[in-house]
Amino acid sequence: MSNAPHPPRGPDAALMSLIGSLTGDVTNRRLAILLVALVAVFGLIIGEGFFTKATVQSMAFQLPELGILSLAMMITLISGGLNLSIISTANLCALAMAYIMTKMLPGTEGFAFVGWQIVAIAVGLLIASIIGLVNGFIIAYLGVSPILTTLGTMTMVKGIGIGMTRGNVISGLPDSIVFLGNGTVLGIPTAMLVFAVVTIPMAIALGRTPFGAATYMIGSNEKATQFSGIDTKRVILRIYVISSLLAAVAGLVMMARFNSANASYAESYLLVTILAAVLGGVDPMGGFGKIAGVILSLVILQVISSAFNLLNFSQFLTLAIWGAILVGVTAVPNIRKRLGLID
Amino acid sequence: MPENFARFRRSHEFWLLSVILILVVGLSVMTEGFLTLQNLFDLLTSYAFLGILASGLLVVLISGGIDISFTATASIAQYITMLLANKYGLNWFIVFAMASVVGIALGAINAVLIDRLNISSIIVSIATLNIFYGLLVFITGGKYIYSLPPWFSHGIYWFEYVDADEISYGINLQILALAVMFTLTWLILNRTNIGRQIYALGGNREAAQRLGFNVFRLNILVYCYMGLTAGVASLIQAQLAQSVAPTVLVGKELDVLAAVVLGGASLAGGVGTVFGTILGLTLLAVMQNGLILLGVSSYYSQFFVGLVILLSVSATALSARRKRKGVMTE
Repeated sequence: MSNAPHPPRGPDAALMSLIGSLTGDVTNRRLAILLVALVAVFGLIIGEGFFTKATVQSMAFQLPELGILSLAMMITLISGGLNLSIISTANLCALAMAYIMTKMLPGTEGFAFVGWQIVAIAVGLLIASIIGLVNGFIIAYLGVSPILTTLGTMTMVKGIGIGMTRGNVISGLPDSIVFLGNGTVLGIPTAMLVFAVVTIPMAIALGRTPFGAATYMIGSNEKATQFSGIDTKRVILRIYVISSLLAAVAGLVMMARFNSANASYAESYLLVTILAAVLGGVDPMGGFGKIAGVILSLVILQVISSAFNLLNFSQFLTLAIWGAILVGVTAVPNIRKRLGLID
Repeated sequence: MPENFARFRRSHEFWLLSVILILVVGLSVMTEGFLTLQNLFDLLTSYAFLGILASGLLVVLISGGIDISFTATASIAQYITMLLANKYGLNWFIVFAMASVVGIALGAINAVLIDRLNISSIIVSIATLNIFYGLLVFITGGKYIYSLPPWFSHGIYWFEYVDADEISYGINLQILALAVMFTLTWLILNRTNIGRQIYALGGNREAAQRLGFNVFRLNILVYCYMGLTAGVASLIQAQLAQSVAPTVLVGKELDVLAAVVLGGASLAGGVGTVFGTILGLTLLAVMQNGLILLGVSSYYSQFFVGLVILLSVSATALSARRKRKGVMTE
């Protein structure tokens, strides 16, 4: 079964693969080989500098932003949709959180200090939920295509952010938040822990719950799922709310790392999140994709980016190589089919 | 005739046209600057870039595909052409031919990847967007080209007419190119066999294939046409901006997509008209222009654009649903 071209991607498989069944899934195996090859090549070119604690740690600092955003994109892709509003949602939530934290915080410690930070984060999550509900309602109940709906909310949400701040940056966040983006716990960047904290429940939700199973089924065949007695509209609504909430967490991490918030941060990440998800084996038409694959793909992208950085290559060359790898990896099965080799 | 009108009244275009007319009447009454020849010429000139790209993307969407990479294609076409024009002092015909060839070549890469490797068009074009753009900025170092050949900077101005206030109007390069590309797209889609085949391909790919359509050839045509429009659009943008900047065009691809889908084209393929696309673009242009003339802070303009997109697509979806219910009860 482990050599089947399309191993069953049921609920159990997702958690299994998260723990590391790298041999159980064709895509993951291919990505793992690519990762090992890349590390070997960069190790040979760069030498010891590539394996230092500083390099590995800087990778771990950079990965969570794109990582959490990619998860937000991934869950909608699996359901056969798309969420173009993740970046603008992340930014608007970050702005709201930053506004409360910079205007309301009394002193630098005490009960009120902690309390207001919790309020700020709660407000950020609330805004995200509202955006998610709007997206989910229009997509599920009005039947508008996800790309159109989220294109609209993306523009609108960004417009709110720009309108309220006049395009300015809100900066000067409390140390506790800056720690979230730039501190370490036992050598592990705090942002990485946040990434783990959102990834694990998401892997369980996708792999082990009826909700997750419904998400995959809707992505494969929405009509059939509906006829099998599942309230697909409710599930879609929840998918977009979860996607929005993940975006808000990404916004928190970004705000913590930059020690500031702005309506148009990280916009170039939007299409990269689709790239990362698809490279990780998520089918852009819906129905397939696992968290483990996406994490592997994120690590690959990060390794390339960090290595090119150490080699003093332009970040734009990194973009080009990311694109080439996406075409390469998605083309491999088709080329093999064409050559008559059965995968 | 009444029958035709009844059909038109139920169409997406009718809704768009009504909204635009209401906006136009409202803006003409409320502002002095809107319904002036100068404002209308300025609008046409500044939206020509998006409009030309929209005509190309329309063809891609009708064929059932999507292209995101055209802004990178346009940046490359612009850069190469203007670099060579500065060096060798070319003429109008050659620069447009060159930009078109560059666009067509890059479009062909998309088509080959999509068709031969059987990868979905959205993935291919996201990948090629990164590849084209990354390589362009890497190789050029992101340097702007500020000095363009004088004949190019000067542009063209046909049928010049100076009014009492000594403001001159005329058909400039942008308006001319916009008119030519919309006409060409309309002719291809409505007056050629290939146009019918593109609609058929987008409507039902399997059926088109079984009917013996050469799908590969159609894909090449569609993505190369998108490339061609990117090449043409890139030059008129350079002429308007009076410079070439490799980093300013990428990021506008979703604006173009918004105009085309507002115009009624479906991402599922097989649906869409040039008239609808023109209306979608007009709606965005009139609204953004109106907000500025009304004195609404430009910081909020994006908010209203997003709101109109959401309202418009929701209203269309609701009316489509009502129509379906109507058919069922009849």
